Formats: sequence, C-alpha cells, structure tokens
Amino acid sequence: MNGAADLGGMMGFGPIDRKNDDQLFHDEWERRVFALTLAMGATGSWSIDASRFARESLPPAQYLSSSYYEIWLAGLEKLLEQSGLVTQAERQSGSAKEPAKPVSRVLAAANVDTVLTAGAPADRPTDLIARFHSGQKVRAVNHHPRTHTRLPRYLRGKCGQVVRLHGTHVLPDSNAHGNGENPQWLYAVEFAADELWGNGQNDSVIADCWECYLEPA
Amino acid sequence: MSEDYKTQHGHTHDHSKLSDVELRVRTLESLLIEKGYVEPKALDRLIETYETRIGPRNGARVVARAWVDPDYRQSLRDDATAAIASLGFSGRQGEHMIAVENTDDVHNLVVCTLCSCYPWPVLGVPPTWYKSPAYRSRAVIDPRSVLREFGVEVAETKKVRVWDSTSEVRYLVIPQRPDGTENLSEESLADLVTRDSMIGVGLALTPETAQ
Repeated sequence: MNGAADLGGMMGFGPIDRKNDDQLFHDEWERRVFALTLAMGATGSWSIDASRFARESLPPAQYLSSSYYEIWLAGLEKLLEQSGLVTQAERQSGSAKEPAKPVSRVLAAANVDTVLTAGAPADRPTDLIARFHSGQKVRAVNHHPRTHTRLPRYLRGKCGQVVRLHGTHVLPDSNAHGNGENPQWLYAVEFAADELWGNGQNDSVIADCWECYLEPA
Repeated sequence: MSEDYKTQHGHTHDHSKLSDVELRVRTLESLLIEKGYVEPKALDRLIETYETRIGPRNGARVVARAWVDPDYRQSLRDDATAAIASLGFSGRQGEHMIAVENTDDVHNLVVCTLCSCYPWPVLGVPPTWYKSPAYRSRAVIDPRSVLREFGVEVAETKKVRVWDSTSEVRYLVIPQRPDGTENLSEESLADLVTRDSMIGVGLALTPETAQ
C-alpha cells in the first residue's frame, strides 16, 4: 500500500538526529516492546511480512508522529487482536477475559539462543526458471496495491539493470496476507540515480525486487 | 504520539507516574504472560542478548579477517552467509548476507527505506537514526549530503551505491583498509572497524584517529 512507511525520496525531515547514538533503547518500555514482539513472533502466529504490514499500514499521521517502538507496539497490538490472541477488551481492562488460544510454540529462555542463531531463512528452493538474467535491463512495474508490497514508490516505472540473482524467496505481497509463500525469483536491481531523480549524477540505488515487480525493458 | 491517538485508546488511569505508553506496555506484557504466550525469562534473555552479546564487534571481526585473508575475502564474495557463519555469526535478520566492498571507485551505503532492515548477527539492532524518517528518506535521493553530515566526503569521481534493503537479504559494507596498517594484527585491525563504517556512513578509523 502507499503508506507512510514508504519514505524513500521524501523531503522535509531535516538533519539526521544522532544523539544517544549508542543507546539501543531509550526507556525500559522500549526493551519490553522489543522482546515481546520477538517472543510473540516466535509463537508462529503470524509471518514477518504480516508484522511489517501491521506497522506499515498504520494511518500516516500516526506513523509519522510515533517513535519507532511506539510503532512496534501499535503493530503488536493490532496483530494480537487480528489473530484473536488478545482482545481489545482485554487490553482495556488489563486482565484475561477469554481462555488462551493455542499457539504453535512458546519461546523458552533456554531456547532463545538456538532460535536466534537458526533464524528464519526466506529462501525456498524451487524449479522455477528465472525470467531475467544478470545484466538484463528491466523496468519496475507501476503498481499501487492496497495490500503489502516491498516495491517502494520511488522505483515504480523506473528502468534498471539486474546485478544479482538471490534465488527464489518467499513473496511478502502474498505471505503478509496469509495467501501463501508463493516463492519467486528475487533480483538485486541497480537503478541509476539520474533515472530515479533526474539529477545527472553517476550514483545508483540497488534494491531487491521479486520477479513480479519487474518487466523487460 | 499524537493526542488523537491517545484519545482513541481512551485509557484513564491513576498511575500518575506511568506514561500512557508505559501503561499500555505493562498491560500487554502481563496479559501475554497470563495467557501463557510468552515466558518472562525468555524476554529477559532476548534483551540481554542484543544489549550485551550481539553487536558491531561481530561485524568488525568479519571485516578484519577479510582485510588480512584474501581467501576469506573471496569466500565472502562467494557466499557471505556461510563465510560469516564460519566466524560464529548467523541467524535472525542475517539469514541471507551479502558483503559489499568499498573500493577506490565505489562507496557503498546501506538503508532500509521501508522499515529498518539491518544485519543483526553482525551489527546488532540498529541505532535510532538508522530507523529515522530523515535517514530513510534522504539516503536514496541525496546520499552525499547524508554522508557529509556523518563527516564523509566522497570524491565526485567515486560512485556512491546505495543498497535499499527491501527483501530478507542483508547487506554488510566492507570498508577500505586504512593506509599504514600493514603491521597491525587482525585484532588491532578490528578495533578500527566502526559500526558506521559497516553501514557505509563512516570510514574505518586510522591508527591515529582510533587513539
């Protein structure tokens, strides 16, 4: 969707604020939101794509006026409600009113290291034949789905060149909405700065694009 | 957070010392524990892991090894995920790694314009500025002004390549090895590798600036 999270190329945010540069968390509640989000993610109740969409689909005014972990908190509350794990009434009252729903697993302290070290790879080996090859000129599609996408607005309709094939990866556009992983070829595509911004510069932006984001140019 | 948003959620409470957001988090945490979805000790372990055990020191070891060992550098080019795992760093938010090397002709910079994707096993969780709208919006349209703000002037003859982390692939910048470091050990070299140099907003320190 064309949400507030899609920030590439926007203007007016001013200089980059680097104070407290080495402080990962500014307050205890930020630590808790971070850990709760990871621990709930580990229950397998939603995908990482669904959790990104929950945050990125917040109303633009709310998204831009919230701090990073306020966005995570709002995203987590939304996911818990959507999945029926915690109702709004329970959040408002602060106590459980309905029995817990079964979850695939609960992250135990003893398993934290193993789970983090294993991660959750997004590549899915397939027999699909790549439509594009390295060096090929491509154009990013001009699409504006109301649903999740990882094709930023500033790339849509722009021409670039495939610089690398990453293999076949889970398609976030589909997986975020529970419509299956639908793995597709994933390409690193280099776009000239001048193509994107008309600034005559030699610099470039490289973004990872799933096959359905691209057409031959 | 906006007043409107607070009003929508309409909590009224007596906890005068707790802010609205603190109360929301406490409520949520106690509900999730009560319902058995999370284990409190696991939460503590997650926080401890990223505050004390996983951070840019890991990435610095990768870079220093790449500087001293051409075979290792080649293995980073061939399969960065495996090469980095061989030093003991792998997993969440680093499942698919690519190392991008700065050269005399190219300077690399990493951003995630859509959210905050960042290579956790080698750099830890990102600093606040990396997640900020200012950095995310500007890095792709005007990377040189961003670099200048971080004190890095890239020659006009050098190309700046900005990597927008739109997938689960994570990018680690391998900064150039500073001159005058031929006699340093791998461990001393790692001390020159800053977090910012591995995001691409900085350069590796020289032995003089590291003092």
